[in-house]
Amino acid sequence: MLGLILRRLVQMALIMVVASFILFVIFDTPAFKKKIAIAELGGFAVSALSEEDYQNWLEQKGLNVPFFQRYANWIGNITTGDFGKSFEKNTAVGPLLLDRLKNTGILAFWVFALMIPISLVLGVLAGMKEGSAQDRTISFISVFTTSIPEIATAIILTVIFALGLGWLPAKSAMTQGFDWRQLVLPVLTLVTYDFGYVARMTRASMAEVMTSQYIRTAVLKGIPYRQVIMKHALRNALIAPFTVIVLQLNWLLSGVVVVEVFFQYDGFGKLLLEAALFGDVYVVQAATLVAVIVAVLSQIISDIGYTLLNPRIRFS
Amino acid sequence: MSTAVATAAPPRTPLLQRLSQPRPLILLLLLMWLPLMAQVMAGNYLGPLRNIIMLPGIPAAVILYVLAFRAWRESWVATLGLTLVFFWILVALSAPFLPLLDPNKPIAPFTLPFTEKRDVFFWLGTDLKGRDMLARTLWGCQRVLVWGVTATAVAYVVGTLFGLLAGYLSGWWDEIISFVANVFLSFPVMVLFIVILNYLGPSGFNIVIAVTFASAPAIMRIVRGLTLDIKTRDYVFAAQTRGESPLYIMLVELLPNARGPIIVDACLRLGYTTVAITTLTFLGLGLQPPDPDWGLMIKEAAKTAMLFKFSYMLIIPALSVSSLILGFNLMADGLREMSLRD
Repeated sequence: MLGLILRRLVQMALIMVVASFILFVIFDTPAFKKKIAIAELGGFAVSALSEEDYQNWLEQKGLNVPFFQRYANWIGNITTGDFGKSFEKNTAVGPLLLDRLKNTGILAFWVFALMIPISLVLGVLAGMKEGSAQDRTISFISVFTTSIPEIATAIILTVIFALGLGWLPAKSAMTQGFDWRQLVLPVLTLVTYDFGYVARMTRASMAEVMTSQYIRTAVLKGIPYRQVIMKHALRNALIAPFTVIVLQLNWLLSGVVVVEVFFQYDGFGKLLLEAALFGDVYVVQAATLVAVIVAVLSQIISDIGYTLLNPRIRFS
Repeated sequence: MSTAVATAAPPRTPLLQRLSQPRPLILLLLLMWLPLMAQVMAGNYLGPLRNIIMLPGIPAAVILYVLAFRAWRESWVATLGLTLVFFWILVALSAPFLPLLDPNKPIAPFTLPFTEKRDVFFWLGTDLKGRDMLARTLWGCQRVLVWGVTATAVAYVVGTLFGLLAGYLSGWWDEIISFVANVFLSFPVMVLFIVILNYLGPSGFNIVIAVTFASAPAIMRIVRGLTLDIKTRDYVFAAQTRGESPLYIMLVELLPNARGPIIVDACLRLGYTTVAITTLTFLGLGLQPPDPDWGLMIKEAAKTAMLFKFSYMLIIPALSVSSLILGFNLMADGLREMSLRD
């Protein structure tokens, strides 16, 4: 068991190193260096610079040191918490990113708090009686809601609840401090898009368990149906959805971009997109790295959790 | 006796059944697809030809729809999805011949749906620049369809190739390919899109590259799993004993027998890619103006149409893209259901 966890961790560490290396290869190209120059000096100044002046500027910034040395420096700086400085916002990247991650964390917490119970209950209800009207209705609803992209869900919810009924604010910029009413529409959008997928996974797992021998035995023994479901079926049926739910963290980091941009919520996704469009290289680097770390960590947790929950599984 | 058999007319197979053979199907698909692709990717170089080449595509699409409907009629979910998808394909092919206004010509800004202005009746109103929403919506499906399908197809070719290599050759090939795939899979998809498109610059072709990087690793995993399963079958051993080359075995023995799950996954992935393209265009990293596109319509209206009265500018493209994606997903769902039944 410990060996397995250790091997996963080593594998994940290797993935992190390679991923950061690939990112650095992209960020080390001349085109990207020019972007840094333009962000720092302005477009006019860069086009007016002679080749020699440009080289001097690179040297002054420490951008023309050999590739591997820069990579080592970059990693070294990150481990001491120095992510560089944002050109657009003129602040250190570290605290800025931390602040935005906190906002996205609040969003993610409410998404999971709503999505997990809804999808598990619906999935179990559908998988309990495979092929019944109840199953078909829930399955169709979950295909339907997952088919509407986040951007369309965001639009429809905004038009109904903000523009039409006027119950909720249309934008979530939170300019006057934290306001839970501004959080409702972004959370609802993400939950609507995501619950169907988890519900379908739960349904498949539940349906499989319900056809197994021990459930049939329990039913034939005369145990009340309710008790068969609660005591025998659920325990085994909820193992597979657990991994799916943890992996949704990875998906959330993608989905959150468009929702945060649409609702103007100051989170991680909006920061990353704005930085990418502005050419704010250090922010893009740091944000991407954080996203990969979160994704990799969620994979480790789901792997290890799956092994712990399911004693029958042993990776050889 | 033998002459009698030879002279007897062979039983005539119905036309529709003869068309359902692989070769006519591929021909029909090409006939439908190539004009659309030419129109979207190289429309400016075709001149007056660009609309005429669409003509043979329309009957081809209708025949394909009838054939697919016949084959999948046992699943109403699949046929509903098929109908949605082919509705948009037909609209994309016939857009030049429909009596529509110029989608790029400003006429009367902020005209509400079902109203008449300047002697023109606007079914769906006009957008903030005064361009007809109906024309923009119908023309807009061309770009989404063509780039979505092209990107998915390229990702599939790359992913299947590496999946076959990893699954069939095993050993070091498998280790290396799987590791590289794991590296790409550890990026959240949208983050990968933003980094790649930020580096390459926004355009349709670069979306194809970005989608390939994001989807091919997942496709590779699926194909690798299928290959590992099929590899142990007797007909593969037979081919190996005959002395066939690994390439022949991979493409002729393994790939056709893995097609079922691949087709279902392809339908799902077409939906994902359509979402990605629309979202990326909305974020300003995808297709560029002025040609109409659903993501672009949302992006342009998102700043100005924040009043209930003008919300049709957002709702119409949002519903259009949802219906197309719903079509792909229902098709995938129905096909999976049918494959499980057999």
